[in-house]
Amino acid sequence: MSTNTFSVTVRVWRQDGPGRPGAFADYPVAGVNPDMSFLEMLDVLNDELTMKGIEPVAFAHDCREGICGTCSLVIDGKPHGPHHGVASCQTYMRSYKDGDVIVVEPYRARPFPVVKDLVTDRSAFDKIQQAGGFISIRTGSAPEANSVPVPKEVADLAMDAAQCIGCGACVAACKNSSAMLFVAAKVSHLGLLPQGQPERDRRVLAMVSTMDGLGFGSCTNQYECSAACPKLISHDFIARMNRDYAKAVFRSAFKPVAAGAEA
Amino acid sequence: MAKLDSKVPPGELSGKWRRHKADIRLVNPANKRKYEVIVVGAGLAGSSAAASLAEMGYKVSCFVFHDSPRRAHSIAAQGGINAAKNYQNDGDSVYRLFYDTIKGGDYRAREANVHRLAEVSVNIIDQCVAQGVPFAREYGGLLDNRSFGGAQVSRTFYARGQTGQQLLLGAYSALSKGIASGGITLHTQSEMLDLVVVDGHAKGIIVRDLVTGTITRHAADAVILATGGYGNVFNLSTYARGSNATAIWRAYKRGACFANPCYTQIHPTCIPVTGDYQSKLTLMSESLRNDGRIWVPKRKEDRLKPPASIPESDRDYYLERIYPSFGNLCPRDVASRAAKRVCDEGRGVGISGLGVYLDFAESIGRLGESGVRERYGNLFDIYKEITNENAYKVPMRIFPAVHYTMGGLWVDYNLMSNVPGLFVLGEANFSDHGANRLGASALMQGLGDGYFVIPYTVGDYLASQKPGSRPSADSQEFKTAEVEVALTTSRMLSIKGKEPVSHYHKRLGQIMWQYCGMARNKEGLEKALQEIPALRKEFWENVHVPGSGDTMNQSLERAGRVADFLELGELMCRDALAREESCGGHFREEHQYPDGECKRDDVNFAHVAAWEFAGEGKDPVRNTEPLNYETVKMSVRNYK
Ligand SMILES: Cc1cc2nc3c(=O)[nH]c(=O)nc-3n(C[C@H](O)[C@H](O)[C@H](O)COP(=O)(O)OP(=O)(O)OC[C@H]3O[C@@H](n4cnc5c(N)ncnc54)[C@H](O)[C@@H]3O)c2cc1C
Ligand code: SF4
Ligand code: FES
Repeated sequence: MSTNTFSVTVRVWRQDGPGRPGAFADYPVAGVNPDMSFLEMLDVLNDELTMKGIEPVAFAHDCREGICGTCSLVIDGKPHGPHHGVASCQTYMRSYKDGDVIVVEPYRARPFPVVKDLVTDRSAFDKIQQAGGFISIRTGSAPEANSVPVPKEVADLAMDAAQCIGCGACVAACKNSSAMLFVAAKVSHLGLLPQGQPERDRRVLAMVSTMDGLGFGSCTNQYECSAACPKLISHDFIARMNRDYAKAVFRSAFKPVAAGAEA
Repeated sequence: MAKLDSKVPPGELSGKWRRHKADIRLVNPANKRKYEVIVVGAGLAGSSAAASLAEMGYKVSCFVFHDSPRRAHSIAAQGGINAAKNYQNDGDSVYRLFYDTIKGGDYRAREANVHRLAEVSVNIIDQCVAQGVPFAREYGGLLDNRSFGGAQVSRTFYARGQTGQQLLLGAYSALSKGIASGGITLHTQSEMLDLVVVDGHAKGIIVRDLVTGTITRHAADAVILATGGYGNVFNLSTYARGSNATAIWRAYKRGACFANPCYTQIHPTCIPVTGDYQSKLTLMSESLRNDGRIWVPKRKEDRLKPPASIPESDRDYYLERIYPSFGNLCPRDVASRAAKRVCDEGRGVGISGLGVYLDFAESIGRLGESGVRERYGNLFDIYKEITNENAYKVPMRIFPAVHYTMGGLWVDYNLMSNVPGLFVLGEANFSDHGANRLGASALMQGLGDGYFVIPYTVGDYLASQKPGSRPSADSQEFKTAEVEVALTTSRMLSIKGKEPVSHYHKRLGQIMWQYCGMARNKEGLEKALQEIPALRKEFWENVHVPGSGDTMNQSLERAGRVADFLELGELMCRDALAREESCGGHFREEHQYPDGECKRDDVNFAHVAAWEFAGEGKDPVRNTEPLNYETVKMSVRNYK
């Protein structure tokens, strides 16, 4: 527990609504405790703004422990702030010192339009999932769980991919606004497991084409995405997905179009 | 007075659900698509229900306040999910899971519901594995298990420290499939602000769009609430900041009984509070108690010494000492109170004195640092981020925090509330955990309710409703409810007083934690019952909600939720005061054994207290549903 408090200035993007003009505003925050989380510092700021008659800064957050994927700040130009492998909500004020000016912006990516201030609309991710990010299994029709053994290494690798929290930082970090890391994580998670095999081809084809249709850019292998990812999802999954995709395209050329792939 | 018929089927316990499924009414396939069902919430309970009902052919509309269904608070569950698979061949069975849950709940849950939960637990694991949930596996490729508090078998399935995330992503994928196929219409950032009751039946909801502020009316043949728990009444808790009681509270005010509101779970292993800016408390999963040992110094004088400098002989591993057979794995309520007691004795560690050590030195010696990292790495990382301490080197400091609410809307065996057509699933209902929930059982209940119970029981109700008979969303009841919601919103915005919403939430939290927290007594509860209404009055005169109602306004969202907490908090205290016994998470200091354990009063309190709203300014009515134990004999819980 620390008792030495300090002061910072936050330079925050303010924008009334979608498509409206926006601008930075500077606000001083005093009494910052190093054990405060970054979001708690914004809470303190917002209460002060409220009492001064200024509208508080809208920002997205919920779990505040790095798992729900709601928080989405770009802090000093970095999605999720200065530290590797953590979300915005897991950034603590001990990373800053007295007098710092901290720039806070929303994600800047065309498929994620600004809703208000620091809040963006990431519903495009849900649309990609709906295109094929599932295994079609009817409730109640599942076989006994241990009837299909899954090698531990495979389950572990699938879990590495499945950890994605859907925050969108990978898109925000990419100069092309590519969603490849996010999509690769989902495609690999399901494609690695035996349960995911029957729909493997149509899944990758449908998810990739939906991604493209939603205006996400292409991947030019800069790997800014995995560097910004709070769950350290590896860009190896992108290569894996590219292979999956190529195979699926090849196979679908020799088969009647797989049902669902046309979606 | 509300009529509370539990509808528990007759006959021998283990056959009740099977027989009930055979007996209840069905809706024929051609008629299913004529029924519309509203599901509020897309956590484990809501997503699994919406997906399953859509597959059966019902038209489902799903509402969530989150920007994506995948963000529901279920995502945060760390430790695992129970199921009576007996893969470890350690003597587990449906009966044992049932029995452990009943006992863990301190004999305050309904036997028939709990048995059904234990029965469907095995199907849940099958379902999740088939969906692609990457549960932890052994080298042979089969599913791995760990143990959790209150059990002497290993029946907990897990996916690293992110079990809730993986289960929710599974349910979310099923939901996504339903949306893609057109069976489910999803409404995100849509907050339910009222329930519409027509001729005594739940027939719709009023919703505010959190982005545009628009208020809309939605009609359906049945309404399912799966909106999670209400622990944020305490302000500081392990819940996500957005978790709230609004949906169930508004339903309560429309006639649904609220059962056992005072049953709150205080989790023993959370990271202690550091300052008054604190916005949430972070859980360190109970699974850590498998390998971590909890202790405080024997002597007060040692409490600020570096832990490594305190020799074994001066440490008090108090759980192992008091409860030798369950040790560090005793149930949560027992472990939390024990921590409170040692801190009350002045032996708590850390500057605040509100902390105990959770020490991994012994298991690091046994498994190596890498072995411990493999099991709990992400938890150690979270701990490091928050506290800046390396728990591989120094023991963690932990303290109890509000974590789960066993209370919730009263439901019968079909999970229907006393308002016909209103169903309640997951943490939002009261049904399966009695006065204390065992670890890894909430995920089981949420998915059990959604995948395996509601698909049967909702049909029983719908079969009694003529297809196409649902009222229009333009009928008077809907319009009146909409006007009321709009008025409350504008009233809140017009106060423009002197304090932000957070001020009231914090003060309410302090009152609740002090008087209705880990230990409660008559005097304190009476005091809270004076202070809460006064605070509520002040809120409505002096709160400052900036901005307007026709855009995204996060202050307004929170104000509405805090306004409801200010009412629900009072009901919790009333319930705690009326229950003159101690049981599970409800510990009344007046009712304890000399060793500080809970003293139940089965003669007078072996019942569910279901509170009924009687109108603004009037005292609510306390209805009761007796708990008839046909199979298990109620006895004093003993974990020694
Ligand atoms: C940190 C943590 C760890 C946990 N770990 C475990 C564990 O290891 N094992 C275990 O079994 N349990 C665990 N639990 C408990 C368990 O996670 C929850 O009880 C369970 O996930 C609740 O699921 P639910 O579906 O009922 O509600 P939630 O997941 O809370 O979902 C609520 C849904 O309702 C929606 N909603 C709420 N109000 C409204 C409204 N007014 N209008 C519209 N939508 C609304 C939300 O958007 C959300 O979709 C843990 C809990 C916490 C806090
Ligand atoms: S891949 Fe990483 S950065 Fe991208 S959405 Fe998933 S967790 Fe976020
Ligand atoms: S608020 Fe949930 S990940 Fe940051």
